[in-house]
Amino acid sequence: MTIIVKNVTALLAGLVFLYGCYIVLHGHLTPGGGFAGGTIIAGSFILLVIANGIQYFRLKKEKEESSMFEGAGILCFLLLATGGLLLSVPVFFRNLLPGGTPGELFSAGVIPLYNIFVGIEVAAALLSIFLAFVIYKTEE
Amino acid sequence: METKLIIILILMIAGAIHSLHARDLLSAIVSYGVVGYSLVVGFLLLKAPDLAIVQIVVETIALIIMVSVLIISTREDLAEKSTVKIKGQSYVNIRNLSFVFFALVTGVMLLYFFNIVTTGLPELGIHETRMATEYIANGVEGTGSINLVTAVVFDYRGYDTLGEATILFTAVMGILAILRLKTHKI
Repeated sequence: MTIIVKNVTALLAGLVFLYGCYIVLHGHLTPGGGFAGGTIIAGSFILLVIANGIQYFRLKKEKEESSMFEGAGILCFLLLATGGLLLSVPVFFRNLLPGGTPGELFSAGVIPLYNIFVGIEVAAALLSIFLAFVIYKTEE
Repeated sequence: METKLIIILILMIAGAIHSLHARDLLSAIVSYGVVGYSLVVGFLLLKAPDLAIVQIVVETIALIIMVSVLIISTREDLAEKSTVKIKGQSYVNIRNLSFVFFALVTGVMLLYFFNIVTTGLPELGIHETRMATEYIANGVEGTGSINLVTAVVFDYRGYDTLGEATILFTAVMGILAILRLKTHKI
């Protein structure tokens, strides 16, 4: 790509990443949530790779790392869901933490944590699909 | 609002038909994008911002992945011929015939089960909103989440969300396995 595209993406990718984090963290207050925010975070990385090319970053091991994040995200989600079973009342997906006042950032018990783990999982999954297509193509 | 929705739906139908009949696969993907982005506008017209955000970002990423697959593979649409010519004599392609057979069997089976499932449903135009009214009345006190969609997705229907996340995980594992197999052979 041309130098204009590279410079503009270098400025934009951080903003896109921050916007994805905002969507994930405010999932219980505003429209959005883990799935949408995770996809935006993956989009910021994909933007950089498309603009600069695969040789610029020397991507080799990154796919393994994003696969690891994906597995860790869904594992944490599962542990949090089964955590309610182990403590006191045996109910799957029980809200462990205190609720707090509705409308604040730290409220709604474990729902923001679910949002964060699903966001990590979705972002890592989409990124590893994209990196698999790009990396395996160059290895041929 | 309905006329706007009808216009957008007509645009979506046109895009879908064109993407089926396009000669070039890149133009098929572009007209598929027309369908997806019109759906975003439709969701916003129906006042569903949660769905619209998910649709617009997933559509964009899916188009990028499709184009990256297209660049690797060929751009021409490969059509299978119904007859095969071997040494001057023409034979009927059995692969094609078996595809038609399986499609017919699957269609009949789906119709049968669809008939079984739809007998228990309430009649057209009469809707029961017992669960929805319960969620709307007690959602904020019960879960502490202002966004009711998130309350339903992660609290009332958390099991469904676990299933969705597992589907995505399994899909990624499948894609990685297939691509790794292909490159090791080369």
